[in-house]
Amino acid sequence: MIRIESVTKRYADGTVAVDDLTLDIPDGSITVLVGPSGCGKTTTLRMINRMIEPSGGRILLDGQDLAQQPVTALRRSMGYVIQNAGLFQHRTIVDNIATVPRMLGWDRGRARERARELMDRVGLDATLAKRYPYQLSGGQQQRVGVARALAADPPVLLMDEPFSAVDPIVRKGLQAELLRIQSELGKTIVFVTHDIDEAIKLGNMIAVMRTGGHLAQYAPPDELLSAPADAFVEDFLGTDRGIRRLSFFTSAGLDVTATPIVTADADAAQIAERTLPELPYLLVTDADGKPLGWAKAEDLAPRTDAGDGASTEDGASTADLLPHGRPFVLGQDSLRDALDCAVLSPTGWAVAVDGTGKVVGVTSQETIATAIRGAHAGRATKPAEPDADAPDAADTSAAGPAQAPATDGPAPDAPDGDADAPVKAAR
Amino acid sequence: MNQYFDMPSDLQHSYVGLIGLHLQEALLPVLFGLLIALPLALVCSRFSWFYAPVLWVTTVLYAIPSLAFFVVLLDYTGDSTTTVMIPLTVYSLVLLVPAIVEGTRAVSPDTVAAATAMGFGSLRRFVQVELPIAVPAIMAGLRLAAVSSISLVSVGAIIGNEGALGNLLHDGQIYHRDPLIITSVVTTAVLAIVVDGLLVLAQVLLTPWQPHGRRAARRAARAAAVDEPAAPRDAVTDAVPAALEDAVR
Ligand SMILES: Nc1ncnc2c1ncn2[C@@H]1O[C@H](COP(=O)(O)OP(=O)(O)OP(=O)(O)O)[C@@H](O)[C@H]1O
Ligand SMILES: [Mg+2]
Repeated sequence: MIRIESVTKRYADGTVAVDDLTLDIPDGSITVLVGPSGCGKTTTLRMINRMIEPSGGRILLDGQDLAQQPVTALRRSMGYVIQNAGLFQHRTIVDNIATVPRMLGWDRGRARERARELMDRVGLDATLAKRYPYQLSGGQQQRVGVARALAADPPVLLMDEPFSAVDPIVRKGLQAELLRIQSELGKTIVFVTHDIDEAIKLGNMIAVMRTGGHLAQYAPPDELLSAPADAFVEDFLGTDRGIRRLSFFTSAGLDVTATPIVTADADAAQIAERTLPELPYLLVTDADGKPLGWAKAEDLAPRTDAGDGASTEDGASTADLLPHGRPFVLGQDSLRDALDCAVLSPTGWAVAVDGTGKVVGVTSQETIATAIRGAHAGRATKPAEPDADAPDAADTSAAGPAQAPATDGPAPDAPDGDADAPVKAAR
Repeated sequence: MNQYFDMPSDLQHSYVGLIGLHLQEALLPVLFGLLIALPLALVCSRFSWFYAPVLWVTTVLYAIPSLAFFVVLLDYTGDSTTTVMIPLTVYSLVLLVPAIVEGTRAVSPDTVAAATAMGFGSLRRFVQVELPIAVPAIMAGLRLAAVSSISLVSVGAIIGNEGALGNLLHDGQIYHRDPLIITSVVTTAVLAIVVDGLLVLAQVLLTPWQPHGRRAARRAARAAAVDEPAAPRDAVTDAVPAALEDAVR
């Protein structure tokens, strides 16, 4: 564990970059420092590997005061990734990655072998090994930066806005990659960003800092969104934090119904039987149970009645289907994803699929809203009375076949409460 | 043809011998200059306050006319190649020290921070990271130093027989043998061009990590232009003949 204890940094010109900061950074998880420009994030990060020495307070690594430790050994035990990667432009990609192992005295062959292994881990093609940094895209360079930081397998990884210089799509890919790597390696990562969305996406714990180097709030992302400590944090979080918070609520236990679902060759009786009173549409699936699209019950019925012309008619009716939109994976995606699907669906109903893409049911915006209220109520009462799961129980009582994991109120939220990297990866 | 390549006996050298002497007197000082400039630049990069006085001193030395330099040195080193090479070494410093210091300073702060964070000490970082990345800037300085040194050697003719191709020019004048003047001027210019070309080749070989081609060449040229010191010196290749004429007069 990294323990930052009443640390203050005053630069020579009198600027107080960090003011009496106390922070416990847990092992094996991602802690994000976030805040507006100039609030002291980089300064804090660099005090952890002693590129900057604190003017007051101390930092402990596993109980040992950093100031007592030899600085080079300390730095080599901490990977460091920065914006624009900071690659050595005069060295090939493998040699960039092999830098720290080489300094630690590994022979060239072993260091390069390790470098190639890491290229694979961060998703870099082996053919890039002999290239120079200028021959790589920005996103690829960032991956090299991450690989280089991981080369000597340091327990701690310090990352200073590593993904802020690449375009949003590449950034998303890199974030997902980081979560994947973290779920495999379980490093202690301190991640600096000024992007609150990135913080919420990546952080197990988030430290919001405000200008002047003060800590405004230190909490897991879910708590940050639901209970911002003050107006500054609330403002920094932005306007749609309610919606964003939904990404911490699992869709496991969401009430879905399999009733208004038919295959393309359903007959009139089936169609009549499966049409819900509140939904004039039916979801049509193929023979494998994959969704094809929505159809109005009355549009579907006459065509499938048409006897020998059925197969060609089916082709035509498939083309007439309303798009089903992006389905969500029940139990894996969050309520935010489910709500998004429902909002985007032409019928207002979201399509739930299992991990293989087979439809398990559909659900309405109203049902999702009920689940959200239930989840909120469960969350709100959880800290005070852990057993107050009545709203959840009420909510899930009506659930369909997918309710199994949600027998207990706290269970659905337990995984994303805090410090669980695999859940982050799934988000 | 002989009127161009028959060397007057007072030169005590064949044509080829003169070229060898000229190159030695011109390029050894640049090499010594580089060997002195590297540690100076290292100190300047560690203690940035040191750079201003170093730059000031080298610039002041650069402003001393070579003739004055020679006159002072004659008392100590006499009519020898050393007397020519010492000023040239000093002159090369004013090009090389800034080239190295500015070149290493221009290394991206991200790269420097990354190196520091990986546990590079400042000496190791200077040698393994900053210096290699500064090679293009250093080579630009080196090219200027080499070419200007080749032009300046001829001034050695003033103090006796150590001006190499400069003495040939001088002989051409006093013996009224215009072909010798042409030989001297053309040979000096060709030497400068060839040496410069070799340095460009060396840079290409030293920096496989750089995007090559016309773009790179243009960038190097711009860097060279920036590195040119304020004090006007006839350092550029096509000014070599003019410098020779001036020096001899
Ligand atoms: N070497 C320095 N000397 C003086 N002041 C400094 C120095 N480095 C940073 N500062 C100041 O300290 C404060 C915090 O700087 P820091 O780089 O830690 O901010 P940051 O949160 O990383 O900002 P950004 O998001 O822009 O990177 C700023 O006001 C900055 O101007
Ligand atoms: Mg910063």
